[in-house]
Amino acid sequence: MNEQALLTTLVFVYLGVLVGVGVYAARIRQKEGGGFIAGYFLGSRGLNGFVLAMTLVATYISASSFLGGPGTAYQQGLGWVLLAMIQLPAMYLTLGILGKRFAIIARRIKAITVVDFLRERYDGNKLVVLSSAFFVVVFLVAAVVAQFIGGARLFQSVTGFDYVLSLILFSFVVMIYVTLGGFLAVVLNDSINGTIMFVGTIVLLVATVKAGGGTAAIVQQLAAKNPELLTPFGVKHFISLPWISSFWVLVCIGLLGLPQNAVRAMAYRDSRAMHSAIVIGTVVTGALMLGMHLVGVFAQAIIPKVTVTDMTIPTLALQVLPPFLAALVLAAPLAAIMSTVDSQLIYMAGTIIKDIYLNYINPSADENCLKRLSQACNILLSLLILALAIKPPSLIIWVNLFAFGGLQAAFFWPLLLGLYWKRANAAGAIASQVGGVLAFVWFSAFVPRPLGLHPIVPTLLISLGSFLLVTALTQEPKCETIKKFWGYAED
Amino acid sequence: MKGKVQGDYRFRQCGKEALIMLALFVLNVVWWYGFAYGLGSRPVETYGYVLGLPDWFFYSCVLGYLVFSVLAWLAVRVFFRDIPLDDTHTAEGGDGKQ
Repeated sequence: MNEQALLTTLVFVYLGVLVGVGVYAARIRQKEGGGFIAGYFLGSRGLNGFVLAMTLVATYISASSFLGGPGTAYQQGLGWVLLAMIQLPAMYLTLGILGKRFAIIARRIKAITVVDFLRERYDGNKLVVLSSAFFVVVFLVAAVVAQFIGGARLFQSVTGFDYVLSLILFSFVVMIYVTLGGFLAVVLNDSINGTIMFVGTIVLLVATVKAGGGTAAIVQQLAAKNPELLTPFGVKHFISLPWISSFWVLVCIGLLGLPQNAVRAMAYRDSRAMHSAIVIGTVVTGALMLGMHLVGVFAQAIIPKVTVTDMTIPTLALQVLPPFLAALVLAAPLAAIMSTVDSQLIYMAGTIIKDIYLNYINPSADENCLKRLSQACNILLSLLILALAIKPPSLIIWVNLFAFGGLQAAFFWPLLLGLYWKRANAAGAIASQVGGVLAFVWFSAFVPRPLGLHPIVPTLLISLGSFLLVTALTQEPKCETIKKFWGYAED
Repeated sequence: MKGKVQGDYRFRQCGKEALIMLALFVLNVVWWYGFAYGLGSRPVETYGYVLGLPDWFFYSCVLGYLVFSVLAWLAVRVFFRDIPLDDTHTAEGGDGKQ
């Protein structure tokens, strides 16, 4: 059997497993019974520590940590690994800052989505709900399209199928298991995908160090090639201090503002699950970030003539590993895409069904109707995204980062201040969302590096400023809201 | 009305835990900057090496990873409490609880 046939076979086995998990999750859900909405969109708040950690890590980490990121590390050296390591605190920060407080309140108000939480916190204000839901759908569609394109291209490079066929296969697999199994299928598959990424990273790191004759030998080769590769500043001071510092906001603190991440912080079973997820999540994130980006740098010494740097990791894997293990490493970016896309898809469907349909269109819908609608919604969304992805726009990473920052601009402060500041009110939240998103779009389009920073930094300052100013000028929230969010349970 | 709301006892603990994670984060940031730019700003020829890696990188990224993984574990173990997340502490309470 030649290499490509082996890889193709393994990829199909992998996809088969994902679909199988979807069917399995659908069965479990049926057996358990309970409310459809909480079960389908939030796994009945039953995640244990391992699954919580893995789904949080896998949802956040996209293919760029396996392709674009290590590719840039290949060019820029250790400075880019330093940048990647900014993400180390992301998991303990997301779970720790939202904390059990978020989980307790979510249970109290029966929140299934982040928009649910915002609706209750901001006195049921319709504008808050509609603008939040709007931003979720718009930005996540953009993000998912970009990920679908990446997924299909990767699929194409592994199997040799043409782009459209790859795209269709890839998106149908995601569509089937998300539609059948809902959130439970998503988090179980995220755990599988997270494990693939973790193991793939370790295997590749070890094999690369071995192939290069040990770290000391590799580093000496890099020094001979270009000493700048060993500095924190990158080649020709590409990585400036204000720029790298911005990433503490964009890929670390800001992550707790992403609704598809935050929703996981209301899905765990108990305190212990959260405790162990903080530790597991941090260990796994650190290993992935350090491992993959370091491998990207080391690749300079082993395969010095890569032209398309996104292909650094796949090329290296095929060079230093036997085919079977190479397949595992090649599966890692695919797993990263799958686990990001599925979470975003189920989250969008949840927003449309729970936040729009159940709130404003048909509050008395029965379980059967909800089930059919939710599944139809997943299918329609997948097909829409598939259609959009057939003619791919070029700058994948740009589109992805744009959606990423936009979601943070829309949700970071309304979520955080809603949780910790009694005075925060609906008008302030809307001002913060609209001001933040407009600022982000404006900066990205016209001043991409204000004072050398990434646009997300001034964006979050403007969005905070609008929040504080408008809140100060308008009435405080209702007393019963404060009671619900700060007081004892009523009963 | 602000002062009159009786606080849920669990929220004090939650607040404490959030502050501890924040402190860990601040420490993490200081560690990262301190080693990376404190040691890494010297001329490349003067770098020391640990396990074959430039010293700034080893301390900031490799050791930093290990130290903060252990500290996260320690912080959770020492300061975090196992508190109920449901308001009704009975088995059938809450929504959709298994």
